[in-house]
Amino acid sequence: MDLNTVWFILIAVLFNGYFFLEGFDYGVGILLPFLGKDEEERGRIIATIGPHWDANEVWLITAGGAMFAAFPNWYATMFSGFYLALLLMLVALILRGIAIEFRNKDIRPKWRSTWDWLIFVGSLVPPLLWGVVMGNLLLGTPINADMTYIGGFWNLLNPYALVCGLAFLAIFTLHGATFLSLKLNEPILDRAFTAARRLWPIALIGGVLALGVGYFVTDMYERLGVNPGLVPISAGAAILATGWFIRKKQGGWAFAMSGIGIIFSTVTFFVGLFPRLMVSNLSPEWSLTIYNASSSPYTLKVMTIIAAIFIPLVLLYQGWSYYVFRARVTRDSKLEY
Amino acid sequence: MDPVTLARLQFTITCVYHFFFVPLTLGLSILLALMETMYVRTGNELYKRMTKFWGKLFLINFAMGVVTGIVMEFQFGMNWSEYSRFVGDVFGAPLAIEALLAFFLESTFLGIWIFGWDRLSPRMHAATIWMVAIGSNLSALWILIANSFMQEPVGYTIENGRAVMTNFFALLSNPHVWVQFPHVITSGLTTAAFFILGISAYHLFYKKRDSEIFQRSFKWGAIAGVIGICLVGLVGHSQAQYMVEAQPMKMAAGEALWQTEDPAALSLLTIIDETQQRAVFDIRIPRALSLLAYNRFDGEVQGIKDIQQEYETLYGPGDYVPPVTISYWSFRAMVGAGSLMLVLAFYALFLVLTKRLQRANRFLHWMPYAMALPIVGTSTGWIFTEVARQPWIVFGIMRTEDAVSPNVSVVMLLTSLIVYTLLYGVLIVVDVYLLAKYAKNDASISESHGDAVA
Repeated sequence: MDLNTVWFILIAVLFNGYFFLEGFDYGVGILLPFLGKDEEERGRIIATIGPHWDANEVWLITAGGAMFAAFPNWYATMFSGFYLALLLMLVALILRGIAIEFRNKDIRPKWRSTWDWLIFVGSLVPPLLWGVVMGNLLLGTPINADMTYIGGFWNLLNPYALVCGLAFLAIFTLHGATFLSLKLNEPILDRAFTAARRLWPIALIGGVLALGVGYFVTDMYERLGVNPGLVPISAGAAILATGWFIRKKQGGWAFAMSGIGIIFSTVTFFVGLFPRLMVSNLSPEWSLTIYNASSSPYTLKVMTIIAAIFIPLVLLYQGWSYYVFRARVTRDSKLEY
Repeated sequence: MDPVTLARLQFTITCVYHFFFVPLTLGLSILLALMETMYVRTGNELYKRMTKFWGKLFLINFAMGVVTGIVMEFQFGMNWSEYSRFVGDVFGAPLAIEALLAFFLESTFLGIWIFGWDRLSPRMHAATIWMVAIGSNLSALWILIANSFMQEPVGYTIENGRAVMTNFFALLSNPHVWVQFPHVITSGLTTAAFFILGISAYHLFYKKRDSEIFQRSFKWGAIAGVIGICLVGLVGHSQAQYMVEAQPMKMAAGEALWQTEDPAALSLLTIIDETQQRAVFDIRIPRALSLLAYNRFDGEVQGIKDIQQEYETLYGPGDYVPPVTISYWSFRAMVGAGSLMLVLAFYALFLVLTKRLQRANRFLHWMPYAMALPIVGTSTGWIFTEVARQPWIVFGIMRTEDAVSPNVSVVMLLTSLIVYTLLYGVLIVVDVYLLAKYAKNDASISESHGDAVA
């Protein structure tokens, strides 16, 4: 396997980390106004992601940095091309981060409800936009011979990309609900399960649509054949299983399954993309690939060594942080130091 | 307005704004780690209260630094896609490494630190804030490795019209990194010191309860301030000496030195006419610039006009003169703020050592305003180092005007500029409100402050 492929896989790994981890904390933010009946409960719900959300977001920052380092043309084309979408995403991420950190800093109800509202919006927008972005990467966008995106903002909002956006949103919200079922106790726990039960069919339909429609509107069918292979089927199966465990009230398994569903869906996207990075719908030769968009072999080699040392280390200490805060957040938990 | 100007304006606003928060994070994380270490070592509750009081302020500031940092990472691709394509092979690497080595470290361990007071042993808990301090300062190292490549490109070759990395270790050992990084780190320490001095002075002046913690904090601030600002000056001096050789145009612009001089005089006050390329009004100290540049009373310092001619033969026809007025005044504002801090830090330490602090009412009353000085110093310092590098985005190999995204329209740039400006405007009001609120809190209250319980 050449290093270009290695880096394609590594970036897929980073996006997986981001979607899996921040997937549930976006979901928690979206569910916040619906599951928390009063101030104290909403505080508890936020406390489940309090120690983790920032480190989860670093997966995105690292994915962006890795795109820049390994495939500068991908980074340049996508970030300049999807300009307004990313601007919107940045505004959402800024408001959300500030809202999570500042909501507890004042006790006035108006203060808290304002920030909680911003946590909701700030958690809603990124999954939607990432779905749209991923859908468009696969579907193809107007990219010219100079690797420059020449479409506008509205090009991105095609039906297929919107289906992907809604699917991401539904699956992340479901993932947030299963996460909360692990981290809270009665009475919010019950509401989390109820929410998960209601979200599950939407997530399932969304996921199946995004993959199924994707099979026909993109070139996945001609590339992968009739049998889509184990990965997309596993994604569907995991989301199916999530529903079963929710019904059984087995939060741990439900969370594991929604997580696996996210991972396999993400992998499906990257498999569909490979070895392209961005598909040009003007001419196949103008697509960005892991070869024409990449850094030099030397840079890829240096970065591979560094990633091989530090990604396992990150997983280790981030895993430890989840171990430290493994206890459920209860009424008696100190929500801040 | 043209896209280049708008993109530059946006970078200036978002970068300077981001850097309002970064130096305090860099310096205060280290001081917090030291405070908590003292608590673990001595078991003295005073240090725990200190850690918690300054820790709350640290967190408010940290959040602002984090969210404004994401904009910086996205911005290279969004507004400067041609730059990103041209240097991505070299410049992307330190950025990715910054995220992987530093951001993960600081964010993960900060999460544990905030919520882990009751879940970890004191020793373990103190270790987590050390990880935050190391992570933050490591992130400064990697981003400055990236920035240093723009100031002084090394370890690369041009291949198929783009810069390609040939030697990773040359990037790390770029001499520019090793004058710039210490300057930034020590500025961070100084910023934190003045933050602590200012807020402690406020409490000591109003004789609020629990003065012990603020007396101790003031002492820490005075010591850190003296160490910090002395190092800032020393390192800054060696950085300037290095600049005379490595980036003579930047030095000349900072001094508004149009003609080469030997011995060179230092400008005290120069009113600049940029179009005529001359000084309208000029007071200079003879030989002083040579002294600063070479530690002796003579030595040639090149002037702008000569360097312009030299660059024309080197890089072809073009205007290689940076905006001299901005360079000159930002350089002076930085040095001025630094000098004032030097005096104040030593005076603060003098008051502590001679036990006159409680009676120095006028000093205590004015000291909170000095919290603005490091902000002035670091902002103008960045403006100077980036503006005086113009017209280059990467010195000698890429011009700023060639670096913007070709497909991003003026409307889009204007939209994002307005969005950021409005958003940042609102956020700074909230941030200052919260900082002021927590800074004015009694330290004893902040321990049991009921913000967790609704």
